Amino acid sequence: MSLSLPAHDWYKPPEGAEKLWIGLALLWCFVLSLMMPYWHFRGKQNSRGEAYAVTPAAFQQRTEAFVAANKVGERDGMPVVEPAPGGDAYLTARMWAWYPILKLRQGETYRVHLSSLDLQHGFSLQPLNMNFQVLPGYDHVLTLTPTSKGVFTIVCNEFCGIGHEAMIGKIIVE
Amino acid sequence: MASSATLPDPVSASLSARGASARRCDTTGLGVCLTAQQFIKLNAVAAVVFLLFGGIAAILLALTRWQAVHLLRVDWFYRILTFHGLNMLIFWILFFEVAILYFACTVPLNSRLFSRKVAWLSFGMMLAGAVMTNVVILQGKADVLMTSYLPLLAHPLFYLGIILVAVGTLVGVFNFFATLYIARRDGTYEGSVPLVTFGATAAAIIAVVTLLHGAIVMIPTFTFSMGWTAQPDPMWYRMIWWGLGHQSQQVNVCAMVSVWYLIGQLATGARPVNETVCRGAFVLYILFINLASAHHLLVDPGVGASWKIWNTSYAMYLAVLASMIHGFTVPASVEMAMRAKGHGRGLFGWVGALPWRNPAFSAVALSVAIFGFVGGITGVTLGTQQINIIAHNTLRITGHFHATVVGGTTLAFMGLAYYVIPLMFRRDFIWRRAARIQPWLFGGGILLVSFGMSFAGSLGVARRVYDIERAGIYGPAAHLFLGVMGVGAIIAVVGLLLFVALCVGTLLFGARTSGRPMADWGVAEAVQGAPGEALYSDHWAMKGTIVLTGVFLACFAIYYFANWKALADVWHVR
Ligand code: HEM
Ligand SMILES: [Cu+2]
Ligand SMILES: [Cu+2]
Repeated sequence: MSLSLPAHDWYKPPEGAEKLWIGLALLWCFVLSLMMPYWHFRGKQNSRGEAYAVTPAAFQQRTEAFVAANKVGERDGMPVVEPAPGGDAYLTARMWAWYPILKLRQGETYRVHLSSLDLQHGFSLQPLNMNFQVLPGYDHVLTLTPTSKGVFTIVCNEFCGIGHEAMIGKIIVE
Repeated sequence: MASSATLPDPVSASLSARGASARRCDTTGLGVCLTAQQFIKLNAVAAVVFLLFGGIAAILLALTRWQAVHLLRVDWFYRILTFHGLNMLIFWILFFEVAILYFACTVPLNSRLFSRKVAWLSFGMMLAGAVMTNVVILQGKADVLMTSYLPLLAHPLFYLGIILVAVGTLVGVFNFFATLYIARRDGTYEGSVPLVTFGATAAAIIAVVTLLHGAIVMIPTFTFSMGWTAQPDPMWYRMIWWGLGHQSQQVNVCAMVSVWYLIGQLATGARPVNETVCRGAFVLYILFINLASAHHLLVDPGVGASWKIWNTSYAMYLAVLASMIHGFTVPASVEMAMRAKGHGRGLFGWVGALPWRNPAFSAVALSVAIFGFVGGITGVTLGTQQINIIAHNTLRITGHFHATVVGGTTLAFMGLAYYVIPLMFRRDFIWRRAARIQPWLFGGGILLVSFGMSFAGSLGVARRVYDIERAGIYGPAAHLFLGVMGVGAIIAVVGLLLFVALCVGTLLFGARTSGRPMADWGVAEAVQGAPGEALYSDHWAMKGTIVLTGVFLACFAIYYFANWKALADVWHVR
């Protein structure tokens, strides 16, 4: 009885169906545990959390240098910047914009640096629904390979003040 | 009263502990320490008040996120979101848990509560803290959401209020442990503690670890907000905050599972098929949950892949094992009790004979189903290191935890209230018909909320965002699911308001039960020629549960691998 004192000899190993279920559940938990290292080596989508300390000012400088060197156009007043395939790209999050617009090529791999100049932000790439956290003080590096073409939207999905819902960015893939 | 038939012989009403005033329960025959009773009442009433606050906030939020309605102004949306998260997840749950702890360490052990003064101190601190936090939020000085991620900064009193609540709860937990100590010292019971007390002890142990994390993260944030110290690192803040935020969910799970066992006994006479297994599962929670804050940081910078994988699986999957064990033992114990009472036809003949008219029972049955099939499966899947990439901070997360902490814990606690009020306040419920449908309204509504949120989240709709039109990318399907969430929210909130009305109405107008047993909600009755005790020697007799858990495992596997498949379709990222 759950509410009353157990019998003095309550200690006994599981038997029958209960034992079988514990065995099955344990086996399933092993599958759950092994899937992650398996995907780490074999899968193409992993979050390694690669990051370096950076001050907001330094990150802003790097972004400006990147924009100046690689700008290929402008869209709604926001620079469109195309990094070299295999190269570094900088994406700055701040209240309430993603800067600049990145232009990438399908099948090429880029090191995309994400950081924030103020609060925490959430990098949410739609409609793919890929999500990463962006923190001030951390240069979060995603080694990213676009596998589809189009204009993708970055939504901010970490609350960052009253203008949070208007913090929308773009990534163009050709 | 039929439920007393499932309890052992009445014990002496004078508690064995020295100097306690007590009464004998007219329903169960158990001794009830009057001090404990007083604080069970106080904490439960406070809990229900905060539940009401949170419920009013809930409907405002849902009707704002339902884009077709879009009720609140932007600043009030985030203010009310902060308010909802704290009043529900922290205040309602913690006050109710303190009430459960005070119950679990006194009544089943036939003990008195350790200290009345300590209980007042705990209650006073918690109440002062909760009121302080709520006032600051509603004044608009803490629009930082429940998590208050640095560098967002709220008014210092916001943090101070939370610290008071956390420390007040710790003081209450101390009272619990001290009561366990004096009960053992004074020999108020013999042998091992009952399972409910054991589960509550597991909850209390995890609560200590959890609340210490809370203090570690909130105190430097408070001193920073006062301008006394430098700003703590935002990543450090996230890691320690989730040591509080996640582990406290394990406290909720322990408390909820204890309630499952308790109501299972009261309504059907269920008893654990194997005490060792049930207790062992609680021990797994204590041992293996401590690193699970990791799965809130799965797409964060600064913590590496091996840290993420190790802490997700090591900490989580043995705790998952524990939940899967309870997910078997709870229905199995009920099924065995029903079969022993002679409801043994076929695989599921016993299901129809369950006391569905008993709101405590139906609340717990729904709680088990929603927690297991929706909350549990989505939780493990979304908390898988790589799958989190396609779920983090979307409404999928909110959909998941409204199935665990709302459809699971909150609903189980509501079920418990259907016994707490008659047994502790000694008044019979008013509107008993309405009470019988209340769990179905709340549970059904929250299930729709959870589905709506989860599917909208799968379409990329973010959590915690005021207006999705600004992105200009969400189609009719996303809006449809937000509508499902909105309709579900209306039903759930009606269920919640009904619950509050039933509780308050009963406290004011319910018929007094002093001197007689509480009015029976309905319990499972034995039929002629029932196999009784003999059934328990058959370790395969719970055939229905075996089938149900098999279906559960199949659903789990399908959902889990479908998510890996979905992940495989997105861009490559390392
Ligand atoms: C009456 C039923 C309820 C409804 C309809 C409801 C609805 C909602 C909605 C619409 C949101 C906002 C989602 C977003 O925009 O991100 C939300 C957030 C939340 N709810 Fe509930 N809720 C209910 C009950 C509860 C209960 C009982 C709890 C806890 C015990 C709870 C815990 C939370 C938490 C922790 C959040 C997240 C707050 C944040 O993101 O900061 N809810 N709920
Ligand atoms: Cu943002
Ligand atoms: Cu934001």
